[in-house]
Amino acid sequence: MQLDLPLIFAVLMGLAILAYVILDGFDLGVGILLPLAKREDQDLMVASIGPFWDANETWLVLGVGILLVAFPLAHGIVLSSLYLEVALMLIALILRGVAFEFRVKASGWHQVMWNRLFFVGSLGAAIAQGMMLAGVITGFRGGAVFLAFELLVGIGLAGGYALLGSTWLVIKTEGELQRRSLRWATLSMVLTVAGVAAISLATPFASERILDKWFSWPLMLWLAPLPLLTAAAFIGIFASLRRLRLGHSRREWPPFVLSVWVFVFAFAGLAYSLFPYLVVDRMTIWEAAAARESLMVVFVGTCIVLPMIVGYTVFSYRVFWGKARTLTYGA
Amino acid sequence: MMFADPVLLARAQFGLNIAFHILFPSITIALAWVLVYLRIRIARGAGAWATDAYRLWVKVFALSFALGVVSGITMSFQFGTNWPGFMERAGNIAGPLLGYEVLTAFFLEATFLGVMLFGRDRVPGWLHTLSAVLVAVGTSASAFWILALNSWMQTPQGFEIIDGRLHATDWFAIIFNPSFPYRLAHMMIASGLTAAFLIAGISALQMLRKRAFEPARRMFGTGIAIAAVLAPIQVLVGDLHGLNTLEHQPAKIAAIEGVWETGRGVPLLLFAWPNEAEKRNDFAIGIPKAASLILTHDADGEIRGLNEFEGKHPPVAPVFWSFRIMVGVGMLMLAFAWVGAFILLRRREPPRLLLYGFSGMAFSGWVAVLAGWLTTEIGRQPYVVYGVITTAETASSVPGAYIALTLVGYALVYTLLMISYMVVITQLALKEADGGAPASRASAAPQPAAG
Repeated sequence: MQLDLPLIFAVLMGLAILAYVILDGFDLGVGILLPLAKREDQDLMVASIGPFWDANETWLVLGVGILLVAFPLAHGIVLSSLYLEVALMLIALILRGVAFEFRVKASGWHQVMWNRLFFVGSLGAAIAQGMMLAGVITGFRGGAVFLAFELLVGIGLAGGYALLGSTWLVIKTEGELQRRSLRWATLSMVLTVAGVAAISLATPFASERILDKWFSWPLMLWLAPLPLLTAAAFIGIFASLRRLRLGHSRREWPPFVLSVWVFVFAFAGLAYSLFPYLVVDRMTIWEAAAARESLMVVFVGTCIVLPMIVGYTVFSYRVFWGKARTLTYGA
Repeated sequence: MMFADPVLLARAQFGLNIAFHILFPSITIALAWVLVYLRIRIARGAGAWATDAYRLWVKVFALSFALGVVSGITMSFQFGTNWPGFMERAGNIAGPLLGYEVLTAFFLEATFLGVMLFGRDRVPGWLHTLSAVLVAVGTSASAFWILALNSWMQTPQGFEIIDGRLHATDWFAIIFNPSFPYRLAHMMIASGLTAAFLIAGISALQMLRKRAFEPARRMFGTGIAIAAVLAPIQVLVGDLHGLNTLEHQPAKIAAIEGVWETGRGVPLLLFAWPNEAEKRNDFAIGIPKAASLILTHDADGEIRGLNEFEGKHPPVAPVFWSFRIMVGVGMLMLAFAWVGAFILLRRREPPRLLLYGFSGMAFSGWVAVLAGWLTTEIGRQPYVVYGVITTAETASSVPGAYIALTLVGYALVYTLLMISYMVVITQLALKEADGGAPASRASAAPQPAAG
């Protein structure tokens, strides 16, 4: 039997993007929340993500890398259609990434500036990624209505990242900062619900084919669990935050884990809608795929290396397990 | 409109980004190994100087690494946004090489960098040193893959063309293409020299502030030792690289040497003003027969001129000049390294003038690296894959105004970052010299260093 390599790479790309959205999502989220925190708490918040952000962002490179390696024909169309959104995201990610370093090494007003740029970069990257997502869903259409939709999704995604970031902080911090994080989490959940609802309502309208995929009998019955599970996860987040706030529970993990599930469910829904197209209703994964011999070369390497990457990623999270501490460069 | 030529704008944007990016790997590739060396010295009980030096240079490394990462991410997107045609036609070959870079290098260096920077009190000593080694291995592996791709674009082989798209036939031939060994060696040594001069230059600055500052004195010597050994090797490797280019890309050599007509006993031009319109050099000053001698190892050897590559050769003046800047700076580096080594070997105290000189040379590696890249990349034009695909064929249909707008955005951000980087490194070094946090006091008053 021949391996369906384009399908395998589509799945891998999906997983890389999902990993990126969750992993960089929580650290971008912490950046988005930064201005809400007191000055003395900000260093600790950044410390909770300091050892991870770089590797987290590498999943983005892997995602776009697979698009480039496995689907070179779509890579050009997708990225040149999203030209301005991509440029906005890149400049935001540049500012955010270097602000990690500059904000502790600069002094005086420079430090204030880099703290602001850290926030601006985090928020800008989240909004730009939401706009890119909206562009992919609508098949890169133009016009004022679609721009409004793009911005709505952008704000929704920023809310989702803030949800991941605040629930991450619930795990990694204590005392006053943890109590504040609980409040932030409730607020960002509202934005996330709005974003998920907007995408869910808009996607079927983007394409007749997607509409049929969701709302034809008896398929609807099989798909019903997805929105129901998403709703259940939201209720679960709300309840677990409330229990923590009222002191009825000491379990700090449920809000973060349930937030991750929200992203997984939303992602599954999107993947179902778009499949098998990379460019909505125009180019499928098989039409966009690279030559078989090239895919095979990368596939073999991926099978060997990806488990190692997952292994040492887990290792690094274990090294920095537990409550965040102020970071020092050990010599 | 000034947005007349989207291809030129796209090239300017990609060129700006790639030029900004290369500055930081050219430091980190070699600096990672210097940090490994310092960690080993510390583990073997070197004095407080090694700990103090490590603390400064690990910060410089973290900063340089972050700048390299963010500009590298930008590049991975600009392949698609600026050159969609490149991936469409050459994706079968460029894709896997870039894929292997992500898989074997990016994750490795990014993950273990976190442990290396912040894990000192969380992992055993051997694991911490191993993390530093893995980061260094990752940066070097990254250089291996990206230079394999770049060299393949210069000297492509191991493929066939089916329906206009390139298909790989021999991966070994693709990776180990004719210019790859030379380019890899040239770039790795260039990184060594860039890091060595940065270390020596910043240390010289510290010594000017406080002469007796032990970490600076030690690292000044380390930087000079690396430079004194690598600089002459680089001259040799550069010569071999040039001969390789003559064999595979004669048009590039003709532009470098400013040779308009094929001839024998060609002079080596020290100065000239290449006149593209009239196809000749104005104000030429040269050494008779020297170009033939260097390139063919025969004073009367024949060098093919630009006239043989009508319409298929790069713009002459930028290649001609950037090559001379690279060689000039390289020679200056060799002179500084040997004078410095001579003084230190004789156990003399380095005079203030020398320290000023080295401070001024701190970023000389950047100038040479950029000039070298301009030579080789502009020298590849008008092709993106030499002799196979032209740059214009691969350009995007994005409106010129978009490219111009984002070009200005990138330029502003990069200027801000470049200035901040140089200011912050200098400030960090001077703060160390002023006794900011010597190793003996570090544990009592830890500095926050998140990021």
